[in-house]
Amino acid sequence: MDQAFLDNSLWRNIYCVLAGDSAQCASREYSSGLLPGGMEWLAFLIAAAAIIGLFVNGVLGGVIVLIWGERRLFGRFQSRTGPNRWGPFGMLTSVADAIKTMFKEDLVPAEADRILFNLAPVLIAAPALLVFSVIPFGIGTYVADLNIGVLFIMAVTSLTTLSVLTAAWSSANRIAILSALRSIALLISYEIPMALALVGIIMLAGSMSLGDIIAAQNVPFIIVQPLAFFVFFLAAMAEMARAPFDLTEAESELAAGYLNDYASMKFGIFFLAEFMAEISTSAIVTTLFLSGWRGFDPIPSHFWFGAKLIAVLFVIIWFRMTLPRLRVDQVLKFAWKGLFELTLINIVVTAILIAIWPQPTTSQLWMMAAINWPIAIISIWGVSKLLGTSSYDKPQPDADNPEYPVGSEEIPAASVYKAESTSQAQASNEGGD
Amino acid sequence: MTTVWSGEALAEAIEAFAPGSVESSAGIDVWLKPESISVVCEGLKTRPEFKFDLLNSLTSVDYIDHFEVVYHLTSLPMNSSAVLKSRVGIGRTDASIPSVVSIWRGADYQEREVWDLMGIRFDGHPNHKRIMLWEGFPGHPLRKDYVTYDQSIVSTAPGASEAGLTDGDE
Amino acid sequence: MAIKTQPVTVNLGPQHPSTHGVFRMRVMFDGEEIVDVEPIFGYLHRGSEKLAEERTYTQIVTLTDRMDYVSSMLNNQAYILAVEKLAGIEPSPRGVWLRMIASELQRIASHLVATGFLLQDLGALGTPLIYAMRERENILDLFEMICGARITNSYLRPGGVFMDAPEEFWPALERGLDDIVSTIDELEEYLSGNEIVFSRTKGTAVLSPELLINASITGPMLRASGVDWDLRHRAPYDYYGRITFERKLHTASDNYARYWVRVQEARESVKIIRQCIEQIEPGPVRPSFDDVPRLLRPPAGDAYAAIEGSKGELGFYLVSDGGISPYRMHVRASSLINLTLLRDMLIGGQFGDLFVTFGSVDLNMGEVDR
Repeated sequence: MDQAFLDNSLWRNIYCVLAGDSAQCASREYSSGLLPGGMEWLAFLIAAAAIIGLFVNGVLGGVIVLIWGERRLFGRFQSRTGPNRWGPFGMLTSVADAIKTMFKEDLVPAEADRILFNLAPVLIAAPALLVFSVIPFGIGTYVADLNIGVLFIMAVTSLTTLSVLTAAWSSANRIAILSALRSIALLISYEIPMALALVGIIMLAGSMSLGDIIAAQNVPFIIVQPLAFFVFFLAAMAEMARAPFDLTEAESELAAGYLNDYASMKFGIFFLAEFMAEISTSAIVTTLFLSGWRGFDPIPSHFWFGAKLIAVLFVIIWFRMTLPRLRVDQVLKFAWKGLFELTLINIVVTAILIAIWPQPTTSQLWMMAAINWPIAIISIWGVSKLLGTSSYDKPQPDADNPEYPVGSEEIPAASVYKAESTSQAQASNEGGD
Repeated sequence: MTTVWSGEALAEAIEAFAPGSVESSAGIDVWLKPESISVVCEGLKTRPEFKFDLLNSLTSVDYIDHFEVVYHLTSLPMNSSAVLKSRVGIGRTDASIPSVVSIWRGADYQEREVWDLMGIRFDGHPNHKRIMLWEGFPGHPLRKDYVTYDQSIVSTAPGASEAGLTDGDE
Repeated sequence: MAIKTQPVTVNLGPQHPSTHGVFRMRVMFDGEEIVDVEPIFGYLHRGSEKLAEERTYTQIVTLTDRMDYVSSMLNNQAYILAVEKLAGIEPSPRGVWLRMIASELQRIASHLVATGFLLQDLGALGTPLIYAMRERENILDLFEMICGARITNSYLRPGGVFMDAPEEFWPALERGLDDIVSTIDELEEYLSGNEIVFSRTKGTAVLSPELLINASITGPMLRASGVDWDLRHRAPYDYYGRITFERKLHTASDNYARYWVRVQEARESVKIIRQCIEQIEPGPVRPSFDDVPRLLRPPAGDAYAAIEGSKGELGFYLVSDGGISPYRMHVRASSLINLTLLRDMLIGGQFGDLFVTFGSVDLNMGEVDR
């Protein structure tokens, strides 16, 4: 067992309590383990199972809280109360919903491909959970610190689309397939700016490991790399199909898109996966741009991480609540003509800055920020001018249309054929002129 | 204020460009012969003295011995309105009249509605189908001799004829 | 190798979240592009016109409430005008002013609903809709004060209205009008600065004024194409001849223009109500039962009366045979006729625009199907 595992405090604590006085724990305060000697493999397995259980249940619990929080926030944004009946502040509403969902009838359409239909919820839940394995939630609190952490996240999140396509195809529903096609179009378009936005960060940190990226953030990268943050945040919103990019689920067009034929807990898993994606996206944004768990003492690192995570979640919910949806072609245009250019600008600028300061110190990072912000503002403004609709010219309040000149005030003189002049409502003709 | 053409004046004006198309006129109404409706409507829409470019309403009335199709027209440039009527299906046989969809597209759904509910056929309508009720619905409900569902149940119930409950219309 | 593509037919509705009721469309898509649309309606057909032949003239007022259920007062008004024209009834002035106030409030409520649902169709998850609906609630509260009902009002009677507004209605109305103006300001702030609303609505589903008139389309849709046709101005009914108001016109004739015209018209309605409050005079709210009996027997004949409804020209055609119930009643339903050009608006457009265009037509299935 190498040192990387022992840096992980979660892992170390469980393993060493069980395995006790083994070579790896020699320098620690653990004198004797719970298991007899030579059973390190069992300690390893138990530690692994415990960590997986902790993360999965922690994430699911987080989802339940998030659903409640999102509903409460929706209520506030829409000047109503939100859930407030079941439990304090309605906190048990999502629990009640989960129980209700489990007890519903599990329907499978007659035309559906049963194997794929049942597989799709698993396929969507697994990658959503896998993302959490590389995210450090605090000092030493992570499952694994992969040296290709960023690449791993990119790879795993793009699997979601595959499961959406599986769900849509297997349920033999045309509306679902339209939704899946949109989902694929979104993925292909937004994966590129999303990956390219991270290039600047990787260059700054000099590593793809999330631990190293956090270590490099003496100044949070949202300040050093504003353009990358802008692009990554929007692309991530599009990847998880949240408003204003919620094309796959657009309920005013596609009803529920690929979810149309799912019922009961299979629907529930999709629902959970959607919220898990929301949490994981916020966690990734927190880690990559908001310096992760870093803060100042005496507040523990986990609280710092949680506070930043909630702030990002709030912004995502705020977006979702406020903005109307874009059309498919506009979304794709935005990715290819807007975000793609912005990432290229960011990469070039960052590369030049890295060439000047190869190992940036804190003060050099601040200088980079000072250069990057004006560039970001100018380029975003330029792109918005390029892509935006021209400002709407307010029409004349009494414009008369030259092609159809009925706007004239004077009505043509009564023709010779005119007989009686009555109002449409004869009975109240004193109301007339 | 919208001026309303008197029937007499309008009949005279129509006769001027489409002789022999007017049956009679009274008040603000002009009764046209069904077969001449297309010619008259085309003229009313295009001729500079009428310019009836808006078909407000197209409907029909069942007068037991015949049906009547009623057109309400408005001219936006002249701000005048007129009422055209046409008696079709005299003796309740083969009620049909030429369609005016080619002149006013606004007649599209209204003619389909009249066909659906009153059973007057519009010759030349591009999509002559029922609109509110499904294809195969028995009868046309707005006709006065239509027996409604509950009436038909009552009239076919045992003992209905003794109680005098056979359908009252007709 | 060229990939073979094939258009796919998708059935949207009648159970669909954005069809504003039970509307059904059989849409053929080529990818995201709409190739063909076939609207199918009738799911809410209740045979109101047939039912009217069995009811007295006063009873039919309740049927009209249920046609366009977001603008009941306007339906009442159109029907009552037709009855008054048919029976030659002279309405009492206070009743006319009251029904003008009521119908203008209803117009604001209807336009707010249309605006809110349009933004909902654009994908704004309910926030603007709830802002609009909150204001509509205030208007419904005002209705509750004057007639005891919120949606299906049945407030109007031949010759006026059935009861006078209570004392506390007038200060509540003043407060309500101020609230409406601030809500419209808020909504306009939301739309006038929002790039997404612009890019979604501008330049989509453009129709020429000639085509609109040819298809009998009236109301905000026609005024959004620059044609100055408002029956309140062109053929004033009730006391609209004594009111001055601006007709808000837009020339773009796209989804945004229709939206803009509705919002501006709601503002103008506030001005009209303010003028009505100034000019209203004391007196009975309807003629005595000696002049206008409860059981009307209009002379044989027919009458067509139309008002500027919230969705276009709303007309009632009544035929009397001298009996206590109409021989025939026909409703010129603006929602139905405004759908005539639906195919023209949708074909060649994007799937994403389908329901936006649909929402900008502002239809109500209760009125389409009757």
